[in-house]
Amino acid sequence: MLEKALYGDRRYWTWVIFLMTLMGIGFLFYLRQLEYGLGITGLSRDVTWGFYIAQFTFLVGVAASAVMVVLPYYLHDYKVFSKMTILGEFLAISAVTMCVLFVVIDLGQPMRAVNIILHPTPSSIIFWDLIVLNGYLVLNALISRVTLDAERKSIAPPKWIKPIIILSIPWAISIHTVTAFIYCGLGGRPFWFTAILTPRFLASAFASGPAFLILLVMILKKFTKFDPGKEPIFKLSEIITYAMSLNVFFILLELFTAFYSGMHEHQQSFLYLFFGIDGHARLVPWIWTSIILAVFSLILLFNPKTRRNEKFLTIACISVFLSIWIDKGIGMVVAGFVPSPLGKVTEYWPTIPEALIALGVYALGFLLITIFYKIALSVRGEVAK
Amino acid sequence: MYDAGKIITGIIIFLVLMTSPFWLNIASGKGSYKPEIKIATEEKQCVADTDYMKAAHMDLIYEWRDQVVRNEKRIYTSSNGKTYNMSLTKTCMNCHSNKSEFCDRCHSYVGVTPYCWDCHVEPKEVVQ
Amino acid sequence: MSFDRRKFIKIAGLTTIVTLTGKPVFDAIAADSPLNVSTEPNRLTAKRWAMAVNTKKCLEKEGCTDCITACHHIHNVPDFGNPKDEVKWIWHEKYENAFLDQENEYMEEKLKDKPVLVFCNHCDNPPCVRVCPTQATFRREDGIVMMDWHRCIGCRYCVAACPYGSRSFNWRDPRPFIKEIVPDFPTRTRGVVEKCTFCDERLAIGLQPACVEACKEKALVFGDLEDPKSEIRELLKANFSIRRKPALGTQPEVYYIV
Repeated sequence: MLEKALYGDRRYWTWVIFLMTLMGIGFLFYLRQLEYGLGITGLSRDVTWGFYIAQFTFLVGVAASAVMVVLPYYLHDYKVFSKMTILGEFLAISAVTMCVLFVVIDLGQPMRAVNIILHPTPSSIIFWDLIVLNGYLVLNALISRVTLDAERKSIAPPKWIKPIIILSIPWAISIHTVTAFIYCGLGGRPFWFTAILTPRFLASAFASGPAFLILLVMILKKFTKFDPGKEPIFKLSEIITYAMSLNVFFILLELFTAFYSGMHEHQQSFLYLFFGIDGHARLVPWIWTSIILAVFSLILLFNPKTRRNEKFLTIACISVFLSIWIDKGIGMVVAGFVPSPLGKVTEYWPTIPEALIALGVYALGFLLITIFYKIALSVRGEVAK
Repeated sequence: MYDAGKIITGIIIFLVLMTSPFWLNIASGKGSYKPEIKIATEEKQCVADTDYMKAAHMDLIYEWRDQVVRNEKRIYTSSNGKTYNMSLTKTCMNCHSNKSEFCDRCHSYVGVTPYCWDCHVEPKEVVQ
Repeated sequence: MSFDRRKFIKIAGLTTIVTLTGKPVFDAIAADSPLNVSTEPNRLTAKRWAMAVNTKKCLEKEGCTDCITACHHIHNVPDFGNPKDEVKWIWHEKYENAFLDQENEYMEEKLKDKPVLVFCNHCDNPPCVRVCPTQATFRREDGIVMMDWHRCIGCRYCVAACPYGSRSFNWRDPRPFIKEIVPDFPTRTRGVVEKCTFCDERLAIGLQPACVEACKEKALVFGDLEDPKSEIRELLKANFSIRRKPALGTQPEVYYIV
């Protein structure tokens, strides 16, 4: 089936070559990072995780969100999603691949990464995250392969795949739960040390992932013959509305406990994010952008007229995606380090090499999505318009 | 098999290119080259037999490393009852102080770059 | 032909996986150390090592950095001259920063804004050890929280977990920034985390930690907490002492006499 990715029109190849160029640039800068060390990034003694780990966290959410199309289709026999499940699974595979790469490029000694397997340590959440992420990758690779193969041969998928698909549902929840545990189990970081972090991660995942999926469908509709009809899009937009509302609700809960209790250390990172501390306010414009986008998207999503209008829905999806990307992909990780355990404020901002390396990883992810979607649509004969 | 002719030709070209360094070395007479190492100590016996050290010194060093760092064991007793401090820089390099003529010659011959020296300090060598 | 491309790729992939995983699995099954190894006869031993910092004595000679200089010198700790790349094992921190939870605007003047020595607390319940995915940092039976720089993959999870900011990461090659390299102790390489190890290498040959030895005021006392007659126990019995962030349950083993 892979050979279907090798035939395409000029537009397809231009896009592929563009992505490969970005990957090449990212790779060259990564070689430089290997040579110089992680000091090439904006990270410092006080802020030791940044853009890479934040992208990893965000993308785990995107990967987990495939469950939002798989669950209704396979568990509730919701036929409307029949054309969507494969897209969700392929998105999950691409997102998990990016996750793994973002962790690898964040390692100081990547060639020793195999030590995690040679000296397995069940007390470390990273150990479990490695297991669930790779497990999720294998599950989705297997499921999408088997179901697509059956579709190509116009036969029903084999029976043994059904329990595996059912297994992938709780597994999707597990990847984001375990990823949240990396943060919320650390007593010394009050910003992350909250039980609501895991539900918040899940809610934001189930908003941003389906939003991204709708955007992908819009692009496919524009450039290919693929059209799942209006119903699945509207269903997804309802899911996004619920998930985004919960996400915002959870953030408000956090603010309540931190500020009503008056507990100083629980407020510090929020104060830094929203207002800055002692003039250090680099993330302030970003986090307010995220809040405005969140409110704006909710207004569009709550109103059935705008939600059921494809133009407004597209704008709402872009807003949801950007809002959560800023919140998780910049704010959540960095603010946990500010102020430091010694009460100092050190600011962080990604450097150009750091951003280009990250862009290279994203390019690889988008290349995977492109190739997978190309294969899926070729199998269904829905490619050219 | 489709395109059998093309595939087999491709494999042959690949193999020739891959093995070309060997053929070139044999052709230029370097095929029989062996690295010569110098031992710069009066000491008669290493911490283990020469044959074992030649084949497995890295395993011994790894074991020493783990014992010292992780198990607080710092003394090694060799098969003839002699005791040594398990230290790369203080024991190994004390005898083999000529790193460039001892360690490096074989290592560069077999194309390995041990990362020991990223952290451990190389002995200062007297340039002869 | 029955042996088609797909089958070939499948078999090739499986072969690769088996080959790659085979060796580690084999090594794990293989026996324990075959070597005859033993501990140093002169080493200092304890059931639970701990340190007491007598800040009163320390402040008698304000501005003194003997312990810091000694430690950083013998352990090849680099000086990058900027806070971004900074690596440090033991250093001065303002009292208010070292003891964030002791917030008090009207604190007595002999402590307010005064420097306090901080370093790894060698916790009894260390979060850094709990989170390390490779056991590169681990707690010895005598209470020392050790670093195995050979094994560290540089994920910096321990740095995120440490509530005391005691850990430093090598953002770049430290060697050019070490003023005078001491050959008996390794430097570190880029991409690993480092911190105070209570001078395990000195305890092993019967010496006290370098900072303790360097302090002429005898402001640092190192000893066995499980030994009721030890100097550190006598000192803690007779003086009021506090620890950093005890509420987190880490059981830090560095005691401050204030």
